[in-house]
Amino acid sequence: MRIKDTLENYVFVLPAVAIFSIFYIIPFIWVFQLGLFEWDGISFTKVFVGLGNFKEIFTQDVNWWHSMWNAGYITLIALTLQNILAFMLAWACDREIKLKNFYRVIFFIPPVLSEVVVGMAWRFIINDIDGANIINRALIGMGFPGLAHNWLSDPQTALTVVAVVHCWKGFGWGFLIFLAGLQTIPRELYEAARVDGASSWQSFRKITLPLMIPVMVLVAILTVLGTMQVFVLIVSLVGGEFAGHTSVPVLRILASMRGSSRFGYACAQGITFGLVLIVISFIQYRFSKKGQ
Amino acid sequence: MWCKKALAAVLVLFSVLGCAAQKTDSKPTISVWHWMTDRDPAFQELAKKYEALTGVKVNFELYAPSDAYSQKIRAAAQGTNLPDVFGILGEKRDFASFIKAGHILDLTSYMEANDSAWKNSFFPKALAVNEFAPQNSYGINPGIYAVPIDIMTIQMVYNKKLFAQLGLNPNHPPKTLQEFLDTGAKIKAAGMQGLVSGWGEVWMIDCLANNFAFNIMGKDKVLATIKGEVPYTDPDWIRVLTIFKEMKESGVLAQGLVTMINKSAEQLFANDKAVYAFNGSWCVNVYKGMNPSLEYSAMLPPAASDKYPIAIWGGAGSSFMVNARSKNKEEAVKFLVWLTGQDQQAYLAAATNNLPANRNSLSKIPEVLAQFARGMDYATHPNVWGVSEFSLVIEAWDRGIQSIIIGEKTPEQVAEEVQKIKERELAKKRAQ
Repeated sequence: MRIKDTLENYVFVLPAVAIFSIFYIIPFIWVFQLGLFEWDGISFTKVFVGLGNFKEIFTQDVNWWHSMWNAGYITLIALTLQNILAFMLAWACDREIKLKNFYRVIFFIPPVLSEVVVGMAWRFIINDIDGANIINRALIGMGFPGLAHNWLSDPQTALTVVAVVHCWKGFGWGFLIFLAGLQTIPRELYEAARVDGASSWQSFRKITLPLMIPVMVLVAILTVLGTMQVFVLIVSLVGGEFAGHTSVPVLRILASMRGSSRFGYACAQGITFGLVLIVISFIQYRFSKKGQ
Repeated sequence: MWCKKALAAVLVLFSVLGCAAQKTDSKPTISVWHWMTDRDPAFQELAKKYEALTGVKVNFELYAPSDAYSQKIRAAAQGTNLPDVFGILGEKRDFASFIKAGHILDLTSYMEANDSAWKNSFFPKALAVNEFAPQNSYGINPGIYAVPIDIMTIQMVYNKKLFAQLGLNPNHPPKTLQEFLDTGAKIKAAGMQGLVSGWGEVWMIDCLANNFAFNIMGKDKVLATIKGEVPYTDPDWIRVLTIFKEMKESGVLAQGLVTMINKSAEQLFANDKAVYAFNGSWCVNVYKGMNPSLEYSAMLPPAASDKYPIAIWGGAGSSFMVNARSKNKEEAVKFLVWLTGQDQQAYLAAATNNLPANRNSLSKIPEVLAQFARGMDYATHPNVWGVSEFSLVIEAWDRGIQSIIIGEKTPEQVAEEVQKIKERELAKKRAQ
């Protein structure tokens, strides 16, 4: 009877395990295997190089780690600016304010737009010669003509502009998840706190924040995973890697595959990148557990 | 009983039908995969004509954009399910990899049949891009492996109206680098934008830099550098890099050029917002679509030296290959012979404003397109050099030029960095 129950349980999880294995585990192993070869992606023959590609990534490929640093910078801005903004707006929309449904719709428009469209639109807004130059005009109008410059072609500002546009596009997802999380907090807790004389800030600090930690962790993990893989927005905003200043890992992988025809190396980069993301997510998860 | 009889009758009927000779369509269908959105309607029209003429149906299947097409072709090559006719987007080494993997038919015997009639109908430089010379560095059997459908040259264009506004002679574009740089001051003073191009996508930077390199040090030295015999720190190479610094300082380059995508550059030039553009002959069709009344003319990049002639990139614009594993390869070759015939090429040129690969079809093309065609006299292309630079070196070179333009690095610094990567790659190659 017990064996039958166990078998039944396995039968129930089998479809999920099969799908996960076929679409995630097996491709991951296969890509890892390809990472052990020098291969142009076309020939039927591959040259086995062992861990040579991985060694090259870790010891020689400065551009790769620079791209990782750039992606980390964008992610840091997304984790702070984007998520704080998303949380604040969600918190505001969770309260009894006028037109809150209208705001919910408005805030969710940017995430559903294509990254190419967003990139082209912001390029038009920001750029001076092939765009409307709105930012610079505004700066000049406000009395800061010294700040007006070509934001996308300046190595000091290009990556930050990319990060800010990415935040604009992405904050709607965080907003939606935060809003859903806020709505699960029982209203009675706030009412009880108010009866006990708690201020709004105290309610926020003692009720909202602790109960929202699991949601915050989820949003943070999704932000890291989504932001580290950004690249379409960069291509549409600045055309590519811009002398390395807007280089990100996915663009490096693409450059290895298409530019250099090094499929094996690109696979090794993909695996390395995947492992970095897994480690970051795991660390975030552990920290959140400790926090709880 | 009647039921059994009916069943027997059905069985007999199916047996008879099953044994009957299969009705076969003796004319095959040729499938062609391509990425050329602008040429697709013309291809479809030609396919209809070919079917009416021969009874052979040709299916042109468009897969755009070119990036997606490129991936599709590679995936199909890995699965050995390439179509009868296809094109490859990439460098010569990718072309060589496809041949080595047995995907591409050697067309030499077809080209040389009937006293090389087919071969002689093409511009030699267009064919050269698709040819592998004896003892080539790719290890490919010498021969012609693809058919050029059109040709292209990459040159500069200048806006005649803006030239006149700047007080420059619209019929005499600058010929030397100094004359070109001198126009920068006027452009700057007038608050206009100078040269626009897709330098955010980098490969066009490499193209112009190579033009200057050929002009300053000649082909032999450029090829010797690729072979590793001359370092990138050589004064001639530093001179090439310095030209970009000089262009930036003179004001002849448009603002934001290093992050400009070619589509934006084309829009700026077509809308009279930039004085110069660096673009390929395909731009004639693009500009026509964006602004039919645009007054412009083509010019060679300005010469930085009188030691060697200026060279521009040119040759086959797009080419088609025949799948060596296709059961329709003979029909596919016949179709390509027809497609590159004089009338079909003239039709393609008229319909798409691209330069025909058949040299007998050049008679009725617009003047600006003819200017691009005349550039073929100066054309060269990395695909005909027989050696290719390491992709990491090209990448470092292009990034380095971007850094020079934004004032981040000096030409000497970039040369040193590029040379370091070159030495690393050479050492790796020697170790293999």
